[in-house]
Amino acid sequence: MSIGAEVPRDRAKRLLLGRGRYVDDISLPRMLHLAFVRSPYAHARIEAVDCTDARALDGVVAVLTAAEIADAVASWRAEHKLFPAMAAPEQFALARDIVRWQGEAVAVVVADSRAVAEDGAELVAVTWHELVAVTDAKKALEREAPVLHDDMDSNLAFTTEVASGNTKAAFEKADHVVEEHFRFHRHSGVSLEPRGIIAEFEPSENRLTVHQSHQTPHQQQDLYARLLSLPEHKVRVICPDVGGAFGLKHHLMADELVACVAAKLLARPVKFIADRLESFLADIHCRDHEVTARMAFSPSGEILAVEVDDLFNAGAYGQYPRTSIAEGNQITRLTGAPYRHEHYTANLRMAFLNKSILGHIRSVGHPIACAVAERLVDMGAAKLGLDPIEVRRANYLHGDDFPRTSVGGVEFEYLSLRGCLDKALTMIDVPGFREEQANLRAKGIYRGLGVGTFVELTAIGPEYYGQGGQHISAQETCLLRLEASGDVRCYTGATDQGQGIDTGIQQVVSDTLGVPLAAIEVISGDSALCPVGGGSWGSRGAALAGEAALRAANTLRRNILSIAAGLLQKDVAALNIEDGTVVEAGISHMTVAEVARIGHFQPYAIPDGIPADLTVVERYATKDRLFLAGNGVQIATVEVDVDTGIVTPLRHLVVHDCGRILNPLLVREQVRGGVVQGIGSALYEELRYDDDGHLLTGSFADYLVPMAGEMPDIEVAHLENPTATSELGAKGAGEAGTAGAVSAILNAVNDAIAPLEATIAEVPVTPPRLLKALGQI
Amino acid sequence: MKAPDFDYLRPETLAEAMDMLSRHGEDGAIIAGGQSLLPLLNFRLAGPERLIDIGRLAALKQIVDGDGFVEIGALVRHCDLASSEAVARAFPLLRQAVGHIAHPAVRHRGTIGGSLAMADPAAELGACCLALEAEMSLQSVRGQRWVRAVDFFAGIYETALAPDEILTAVRLPRRGPDSVQIFSEVARRRGDFAIAGLALVADNHMANPRLALLGVADRPILAEKTMALLANNMAAADQAIELIGNEIDPAEDPAYPPAYRRQLVRTLLRRTLMELLP
Amino acid sequence: MKTLRISLTVNGEVVEREVPARLNLVDFLRHDLGFTGSHVGCEQGACGACTVLVDGETVRGCLLLAVQADGCKVETIEIMEFEDLRAAFHRLNALQCGFCTPGMLLSAQELLQAKPKPSRAEIREYLSGNFCRCTGYQAIVDAVEAVARARGG
Repeated sequence: MSIGAEVPRDRAKRLLLGRGRYVDDISLPRMLHLAFVRSPYAHARIEAVDCTDARALDGVVAVLTAAEIADAVASWRAEHKLFPAMAAPEQFALARDIVRWQGEAVAVVVADSRAVAEDGAELVAVTWHELVAVTDAKKALEREAPVLHDDMDSNLAFTTEVASGNTKAAFEKADHVVEEHFRFHRHSGVSLEPRGIIAEFEPSENRLTVHQSHQTPHQQQDLYARLLSLPEHKVRVICPDVGGAFGLKHHLMADELVACVAAKLLARPVKFIADRLESFLADIHCRDHEVTARMAFSPSGEILAVEVDDLFNAGAYGQYPRTSIAEGNQITRLTGAPYRHEHYTANLRMAFLNKSILGHIRSVGHPIACAVAERLVDMGAAKLGLDPIEVRRANYLHGDDFPRTSVGGVEFEYLSLRGCLDKALTMIDVPGFREEQANLRAKGIYRGLGVGTFVELTAIGPEYYGQGGQHISAQETCLLRLEASGDVRCYTGATDQGQGIDTGIQQVVSDTLGVPLAAIEVISGDSALCPVGGGSWGSRGAALAGEAALRAANTLRRNILSIAAGLLQKDVAALNIEDGTVVEAGISHMTVAEVARIGHFQPYAIPDGIPADLTVVERYATKDRLFLAGNGVQIATVEVDVDTGIVTPLRHLVVHDCGRILNPLLVREQVRGGVVQGIGSALYEELRYDDDGHLLTGSFADYLVPMAGEMPDIEVAHLENPTATSELGAKGAGEAGTAGAVSAILNAVNDAIAPLEATIAEVPVTPPRLLKALGQI
Repeated sequence: MKAPDFDYLRPETLAEAMDMLSRHGEDGAIIAGGQSLLPLLNFRLAGPERLIDIGRLAALKQIVDGDGFVEIGALVRHCDLASSEAVARAFPLLRQAVGHIAHPAVRHRGTIGGSLAMADPAAELGACCLALEAEMSLQSVRGQRWVRAVDFFAGIYETALAPDEILTAVRLPRRGPDSVQIFSEVARRRGDFAIAGLALVADNHMANPRLALLGVADRPILAEKTMALLANNMAAADQAIELIGNEIDPAEDPAYPPAYRRQLVRTLLRRTLMELLP
Repeated sequence: MKTLRISLTVNGEVVEREVPARLNLVDFLRHDLGFTGSHVGCEQGACGACTVLVDGETVRGCLLLAVQADGCKVETIEIMEFEDLRAAFHRLNALQCGFCTPGMLLSAQELLQAKPKPSRAEIREYLSGNFCRCTGYQAIVDAVEAVARARGG
């Protein structure tokens, strides 16, 4: 069995040799390069764009503005039919008349090299009329605030309420209520490889070929076809090696669309590689929520009710095609989800403001929902004088609670929260920590321990975007092709940005089909070659593409055995495939290679009427189930330097249940990577703007990412409760680390400073914020 | 983020370099290791007509273990500073400080002269030079002059260097055998520019103390009032810790407000003085 | 555009080229010579993706002009012979997307040469100028530690 084994990735060998092929490694004949002219203002009217000097520059081939590309590309609106009331203002590939966020592109220079394109961009003279910028949701929703979009009455993009039970009455009756106001600042995915694309257009065939650093080639194929009015089968999107994505690369980005337009207009290949500054400015951002939340407790510590108010500082527009709602939606549905309580109300207000567009980055909404609830649980336990760990255990959904639809409307087939907590407590000696903590406090050293319980929503079902009207596949298809040699090519709609889903699928096919791993090659990331699928996002690869691969392998196995049975005059039920050989009760009869050879070259030998296809296709999609929920517990310990405000993570452990694990080697480090991203957002990462909407953190000197020196070792353990919704039993695993880390760190920091009568509920927990909370400054 | 177009000149001798600067100083920029200049060029925050690469001038790469002083050539790299026994013996402060500068690959190219001439107010070596009473050698076709560190730094990214001058060396007077030298700083991550830092140099029993601060003003500064208070008077430690926070006037910074930097220098001084307690 | 003629040794071969003065070393290696193993992540020396060896020492390929490397010996990930380090990274899954990996490997190798038996903290410190967004750094530290042990450090 290779499922469950620690199988290293084939693809990694090439990357270790420096022989990866990322978009910027590709060069095409007569290729041109782009540099954008971006708005220096968060809100301004474009009065004139003078491209004369730029066009005259040696090496500049073209300068395009909104006017020049108007006929070549359609506009779009980020609509979602499940949220029909959500505002969806019109968006353009290059800004027309008004720019609404700093960094929005108004023109593009196409030149022989990126350097010359940048020279040209400096020569484009834009006459701006600066407008008042709205940079804060609270202010954006005030009556007198300037309204960003002409077709809206206010900046309120969307509002909704999720309610269950009688929350108001429950809070009125409750003996104990805790309340906190949280601020979660804006950050982003910050893949090390920035966004990039090479677009190539063949006018004689009306054919667009795109190499793009992206997660969802079929989604892009559809978008480019529709927005550029091309037949879909004439658009091919290839995702070569992708240098990290994390959700950042599963959206439509106007910059990349402009590259396609330029390629079409000029009939020459066009490359655009975002530099780091324009990455910070113009990438999709995430978070930026202000949450006020309350939790009601009985005297014994039973959680009675939860109330959440989320003010969502969205960007200037909705993100396309998925819209920006999901983060607010997850927060309103997921806060307190691990706990058994009947009364729940969550309000969401989403405001447009003059900042970059907000979208879906790893663990959408989870870290916030989790941090809010986990902080409130700690506060409640403290108020009641109870052990926060025991309060959790007592309130966790468990045993007979399942299956259950949560008060927020999320379906739980099964959660193993108590099991995860118990396992975690075997990994860290909490009483020992408490004793040491007390001793160190006497010496002025402040350490804290924090628990974060998380539910992880993975493998989104087809209903969400299907009913939403987005052309995004939540179905996965696997095509298996038995080559004449007996080797297998496996084409999947999932894509691999390093998570290792290619390897996971290879393992599934190997086990199911009975051929060695080395005989299987997984091919992904090509919209023309691979079956239509969703790509990789929202932790869907193992659960959906894995199950599709299992089904396809079962079918191919059946066909191989049928052919063999026909040739051997045996009962097919008695045959099996082991290690590439057809066997009967352990006795080898013929190899899969022989079956393949006969199947392809001597098909006349195969009796009629048996299933003999050696290229097979199977599909899988969940139905009536929006997510597969995994779960887990994280425990962090930190040391707070109360004189400098620096927080040092000490230990961090994760117990995680993502159903059946295809490859623990890969899952473990993916969880750790998620934790580090979570620690980043808890302590370091923040896209800061000034009041006028100018980004202050446009480089790695100002936007701090977690580096090796500050990160702790992260202990990861797993419980394995397979989902019964599929034969494979896998759930997604990619959200877990990020989902729970913020809450564990935030609680640990608060635990550390509790003796100083201080609390903090703003992340990232920067040193000045912490010293302010401590009353030091 | 590609650098703007510029011309590139590479003198082989100091005389040649000075000659080039005398002709092109106004619209040219000296490049040594380039570890500060290249980011500015890539961001197009600098746009010189030409770069004059002094990186090959062997004369500027020496560390002279002199009588009463050590002279460090401007092209001595951070990694050379870290591994120099002469420096370690005479100026442990420098070795401590260099460990905080960026990361190994940057320390392989970055030079002491480049760092000082760039005059980033948060750079470690400037504060060390102030604390160690360094003198800088400035050379041009007009001749050589020596400028005290305290006079060398003129503001954010500004120095006493005239457009035609090259910083060729830093001369550091030797301290007594019982000299105390302690460097400390607070940065969010290893290798980051410090939010604030402190270099203390003093003789035994806090005689002739020099307290240099980085990251808290438009240039590295001496905390002169605190120095005066502390001189031969460790008993005034508590007052000094309070005073040093009041003595500085950090600029508004959206990430790190002035009150935070005041708190940091107090903490740094307290921890530094604690190291000196028996 | 101002150009200059340079001559240097890249991965063991003498290379002569006319290059723009403003071209940085990593762009020269990648786009003029096709050594695309070194990557560009920030162009300000912060991320370490462009790490290459110049005269045997790690440098940021984005903070060095190609003309500054005139006469130097430049080596990139493509010719590095440290199969044990690669194998450990592979076996322990010390990479995901692989974009940081060449820089990470060069830094790790330099550390192991300078200090054959580094502690985990020293490994973390030495690699703290190389940004990895995918792993939790732990597998990388594990791999470097394993190689140190296997090399007899």
